[in-house]
Amino acid sequence: MKRHVLHPLWVAIGLVGLIFLGRMLLVPDDFGVHGDSFTYNYHRFSNIQEWQEFPVKYQGRDSCTECHEDNVRSIRRSPHKRVECENCHGPSGNHPDDVEYLPRNTERSLCLRCHAFLDYPNTARAEMPAVKDRLHKRRRACVECHNPHDPREDVE
Amino acid sequence: MSCSRRAFLKDAVGGTLASVLPLSAFAFLSTEEAKAAIAGSKVRWAFLVDTIKCIGCGMCVTACKNENEIPFDAPVTRTWVERYVVTKDGEVHVDSPLGGRDGFTDNKIRDEEFAPEDITKAFFVPKLCNQCDNPACVQVCPVGATYQTHDGVVLIDREWCIGCGYCIMACPYGVRFFHPELRVADKCNFCYHRITKGLQPACVQSCAFGARRLANLEDPDDPVTKIITTERVAVLKDEYGTKPHVFYLGLDANVR
Repeated sequence: MKRHVLHPLWVAIGLVGLIFLGRMLLVPDDFGVHGDSFTYNYHRFSNIQEWQEFPVKYQGRDSCTECHEDNVRSIRRSPHKRVECENCHGPSGNHPDDVEYLPRNTERSLCLRCHAFLDYPNTARAEMPAVKDRLHKRRRACVECHNPHDPREDVE
Repeated sequence: MSCSRRAFLKDAVGGTLASVLPLSAFAFLSTEEAKAAIAGSKVRWAFLVDTIKCIGCGMCVTACKNENEIPFDAPVTRTWVERYVVTKDGEVHVDSPLGGRDGFTDNKIRDEEFAPEDITKAFFVPKLCNQCDNPACVQVCPVGATYQTHDGVVLIDREWCIGCGYCIMACPYGVRFFHPELRVADKCNFCYHRITKGLQPACVQSCAFGARRLANLEDPDDPVTKIITTERVAVLKDEYGTKPHVFYLGLDANVR
């Protein structure tokens, strides 16, 4: 073959080689089909592990019990027994190691999420013990009168 | 030393096999390991939403955003709660302000107030990723950044995603969004970091009404699996053939 044919041919072959070399260096070893299907299981295998290591923030009531047994016991006896501690106190994360005190959300808007009256027929919402926001002690915090750990009790 | 034709062929075949077999066994070891891990875990995660129990407090949305580090005030969320109000004139009014993050506390839908006597029915529908068996979002990914794990959850590789947005378009349920800070596609993964540690997803844990529950379909003794298999459940957009794995109790035909 003539040189003017061979030269671009070598360049083309070299470029293809470079692409393969680049692919070898850039694509991680664990990238491939991990499962039955090329369509759905083609991925970097270590990413599963990375997602499993994502930090947990909501630790749940059982972890609160370790130190705050009295509070957990009191709310467990109340109509609020199904409300998680962290719904009002925020995610505990590594508390008390990093954050010593968790906040208390005492805002009226938090209580109204469940206890604002919505007159929807045949729903659990209409059966909630509820107030009309505009008619009941407007702009006052609910916790001024109602104990959130046991709403049957009044606050002195 | 004599060597019959038969003995020679035997040795030749045996020798070839002996030299090839260990090599091939070595070459397929990593795949075998992966396969063993897949066969060993008998888990298929699914979800049950009881729309009759949901009262629209939105605590699940708040918990999800905090748990999964989704920008709190950005109009994106991994799970959201929709409110449907059907009025007597046959109109269906739907809203989900900020995904229901702050709960539903008044009767107004887009500044329109509905008198109780005009409402025929109203209900709340929590939505999240359906972790489909045939995920359309995974098919369209051009770089292999999203995939289905052996326990049925569809994950996104944040390192590998190029943010092209094909998957966001492909999902018939609209659960995928563009993460405004990380610049990658994002969606609910049933709190994969929690369920693989034996915890409940953040939305399930924060729900005081038991409206959201996680199931392992491979475990016949799982109480939630029993509900899914024995009670009348429905899925969203069955006609797309994606085989969604979020099951709904009390799903209304108006829910899209």
